[in-house]
Amino acid sequence: MAKILVFTETNKENVKSVSLEIVGKLTGHEVDVASVGDIGAEGVAELAKYGAANIHCLKGDKLDEYSPEGYANALKDFISSNSYDYVFAGSTPTGKDLLPRLAGMFDAGMASEVTNFQFEGDEFQGTRPMFAGKCLCKVRIQGPKPHFVSVRPNALGLSDSPTAGSGSKADVSSSAGEIRATIKEIIKGASEKVDLSEANIIVSGGRAMKNAENFKILDELAEVIGATVGASRAAVDSGYAPHAMQVGQTGKTVAPSLYIACGISGAIQHLAGMRTSKVIVAINTDPDAPIFTKADYGIVGDLFQIVPILKEELKQLLN
Amino acid sequence: MNIFVCVKQVPDTETKVVPNGDGTFIETNAIKWIMNPYDEFAVEQALLVKASNAGSTVTVVRVGAAHDTEALRTALAMGADDAILVEGDDNLDSYMTAKALKGAIEKSGKSPDLIFAGKQAIDSDCLQVPQLLAQMLNLPSVSVVVGYEGDSSKITLKREIEGGALEVYDCSTPAVVACNKGINTPRYASLPGIMKAKKKPLAQHSLTDVGVSPEDRRVVYSEFHLPPEKPAGKKFDAMDEANQAGIVKEVVGLLRTEAKVI
Repeated sequence: MAKILVFTETNKENVKSVSLEIVGKLTGHEVDVASVGDIGAEGVAELAKYGAANIHCLKGDKLDEYSPEGYANALKDFISSNSYDYVFAGSTPTGKDLLPRLAGMFDAGMASEVTNFQFEGDEFQGTRPMFAGKCLCKVRIQGPKPHFVSVRPNALGLSDSPTAGSGSKADVSSSAGEIRATIKEIIKGASEKVDLSEANIIVSGGRAMKNAENFKILDELAEVIGATVGASRAAVDSGYAPHAMQVGQTGKTVAPSLYIACGISGAIQHLAGMRTSKVIVAINTDPDAPIFTKADYGIVGDLFQIVPILKEELKQLLN
Repeated sequence: MNIFVCVKQVPDTETKVVPNGDGTFIETNAIKWIMNPYDEFAVEQALLVKASNAGSTVTVVRVGAAHDTEALRTALAMGADDAILVEGDDNLDSYMTAKALKGAIEKSGKSPDLIFAGKQAIDSDCLQVPQLLAQMLNLPSVSVVVGYEGDSSKITLKREIEGGALEVYDCSTPAVVACNKGINTPRYASLPGIMKAKKKPLAQHSLTDVGVSPEDRRVVYSEFHLPPEKPAGKKFDAMDEANQAGIVKEVVGLLRTEAKVI
């Protein structure tokens, strides 16, 4: 049984779903959770449900807002005084930024963005995509402990039969140390929806969208099913959508349960970014488009005709 | 200012990737190598900073196999002043790579004012090296940077987070800046640039020269294999308007009862 810390980000009352996926998957080990800042009652209850023993909320001066150095300094002190074997975090924008710096503080190894893992005794062994998912490989960590692991959101899924933990919450007085890169402002994005990399359903548009205005029909479909809208590189390069929306090898790598590709031909670099989606629906007028080779359900047809029908059909079903 | 840029050489995005015979890595013989696309933004940003700070130099550093020097030649042709190659395998882990970059920068004798890198390399997608390098050099770092302003002592950076939102950072220098698409538009190497690049200095070191040993390996990759092929899906012809409503209804039904995703 390994002693494991899961770093979680908080989103007001709730914790990110990927943290619950990780905690649930670690059943059988001694699993603590740490956040910087407070976790609400609902978040604590969820973490306990999936097996968290102790929940530590690190608080202190200059820790109200994220900074790579402040968070890393505070967590380093906490981890050092509790001798964990492993530190896990979700591969979210914050996790991706923070964890390598933290691992560096311990001269320790880190496995990035694993999509699955198991333990042989206390030994971690993960699986991760390489070359944007064109290959998979096994990954192990060696050298000084703790070992660090980041996990791709949605890849593990939530445990069906979790073993509950005590979930006892305590505040930890922490120090941010020296911070040389400080956030002075946060500019809101166009979308308040879940980020592509964490979305459970994605509706994506390609070159066949023809212009930026037409993405409105994807927004409407997304609204009905609670999806986040993405775009192919062709659509981004043509100026139909911002790069923040790009799915693919030079955009975001995604693993939703449902990916609906509209007017996307399926260039290799796009497939690389979304091929690990659980279920793929493709809508394209070209019956020979490569996207159909990866699609679970392919509809050969004009997206401008199909998408509105799809939206109405789903609306009826979900209401 | 002493400006450094870390670049990696990666297989072209369109390249077919297959595991090698014993699954320890991929077949590298038939691969077309390119500069990691995010590193082009890093090189461009370094050149832009150089242009507005007279007397600056841009040194581009790469760790990797010497079989192809496409990435370094491209950076020099774009306008970097000199290059350093640390010769190592293509499958080093992030820790070894960051340590080698640190060693190469220190060995250059120039104290870095700014270090640029791409936000991630599109081969291993670890997103570790810029932050690790910053930690090893005891410098601040900001990653996924899409906006850059600054002078020689302080920079203001925009970092992209969830949903396209931006964190705006004030950061002291020296610092490590990991660039994302959107920060600038990389220039193409001109023909005179390509000719000039051939005469620019390229220093070459071994991993040992820069203080990296096999004991520094932290992450071991093995059993490279192709992802399982999905069984062929169901395909419906809905070009005829008369069929569309029925087909969409059927697919939605399958999404609920067969795929169970809605």
